[in-house]
Amino acid sequence: MALHRGRGFAAINYPIGMNLGGDPSQALVHSNPDGKFTVALSAIDLGQGMKSVTRQVAAETLGVPLEDVYVDTADSDTGPHDMGSFASRGTHRMGNAVIRAAEEARQVMLEAAAEELEVDAADLVTDGQGNIHVRGAPSRSITTMAAAQAAQFRQGRTIAGRGIFLIPLSEVDPDTGEMSPVTTFAHAAMLVEVEGDDETGEVAVTDMQSAYEVGRALNPRLVEQQLRGGAWMGMSHAAWETTEPYYPDRAHGPVDFNAYTLPGPGDLAPHHISVLERPAEDGPYGGKGPGEMCANPVLPAVVNAVYDAVGLRIDELPVTPEKVLRGLRAQGGAKPRRALG
Amino acid sequence: MARRPVNFTLNGSPRAAFAEEGQNLLEFLRRGVGDLTPKYGCGQGTCGACTVTVNGRTQLACLVLAETVEGAEIGTAAGLATSGTLDPLQEAFMDHFAAQCGYCTPGMLVSARALLDANPRPTREEVVEAISGNLCRCTGYEPIIAAILSVAEGRARA
Repeated sequence: MALHRGRGFAAINYPIGMNLGGDPSQALVHSNPDGKFTVALSAIDLGQGMKSVTRQVAAETLGVPLEDVYVDTADSDTGPHDMGSFASRGTHRMGNAVIRAAEEARQVMLEAAAEELEVDAADLVTDGQGNIHVRGAPSRSITTMAAAQAAQFRQGRTIAGRGIFLIPLSEVDPDTGEMSPVTTFAHAAMLVEVEGDDETGEVAVTDMQSAYEVGRALNPRLVEQQLRGGAWMGMSHAAWETTEPYYPDRAHGPVDFNAYTLPGPGDLAPHHISVLERPAEDGPYGGKGPGEMCANPVLPAVVNAVYDAVGLRIDELPVTPEKVLRGLRAQGGAKPRRALG
Repeated sequence: MARRPVNFTLNGSPRAAFAEEGQNLLEFLRRGVGDLTPKYGCGQGTCGACTVTVNGRTQLACLVLAETVEGAEIGTAAGLATSGTLDPLQEAFMDHFAAQCGYCTPGMLVSARALLDANPRPTREEVVEAISGNLCRCTGYEPIIAAILSVAEGRARA
């Protein structure tokens, strides 16, 4: 009876968004009389940071301070239409919609400022700190608040913008089966080390090394947060979680957290993350989405590492102690392919 | 159903409210008292989202009968910030991005604060042990452990 160590690798491409009848997101942006902006979205921030990222995108596009933008989400009765927060699509689809809405609102804001300054709107720039001034002449300036107030109370102008970003439905070519359901992919590579116990069948992930390509990381701390938490979910799916342990037999399905097991804070593996930034051509400021693909490479990498450790190819997830022990018995014990260390 | 008055201390302030017969402390705090920081996750003591302190010890509010806290000192995450100033642990959770959906966060904070009050210089293993009854679905725990350790080592602000 012994512990066996193994190493496994996996690389994945993961599509951003989906292809069910087209994939649109809408955004509405408007200014309030105090010169601050509200972005209305129907997409939901589940904790992944969608409000933070769309706020950054709106502020960057409008040319105003981050503090001057409020993102209002998640009321699909009153907000503009959105397909939703799923398919790793939030940053890409909503970000692009927000850019378009903010560009339109910015144009009206500059026209309002131009009327007050008696200049051409095309000659105006923003400094990102709440001021609009003539290009090359910072003293010819007006605050965004003053421009918004002039628009509201003197000019009778609405500083607002509408944005939609749509990836149209890609139909399948009936002759060739060819289609283009996706415009952009995120990528990941993962190397894991495991330790397998051939007496208990338990497999522990002991180390994770990853590289993720997410376009431009619009908010690096949020990206890291997604990757770290998502890889943990991947580890959990690989070796712990299932609702139907004997699928398709529903027997022994867990009904509570006593039976539905997850790796706890004592079961973590060190995870070394590298983020590769290659701005996406059709992404908002180059961003794509780390959403789901942060979890995906862990599963095949763990399965490969188990094969490396004990020579057992497990083809049904999760890799439970029972499957390992049954597999080892069937093949006459652990057959390490290459001893690690 | 019979109702019974319960006198207790919540985050240092004396309080009184009626508890329904058989009502657990979680429902009592949320519905009867109006402190919504303890969360209902599983209702059977397996997730830790409802963690509170009773006389300084962490307890799962869903497993405590409300009537039994007569005269007790109850602590919840709502008591961490005082006069608008966040507890260093709350600051550390923000600095370390230790929350995503946030549902586990109040329970995590209560468990972590109880640990640090009893053991101001815990090891990583002791931190892990202290939060091992609190499930988190989003973070992968590492940012939470890092946040707690940063306060333990007296460097709450990076």
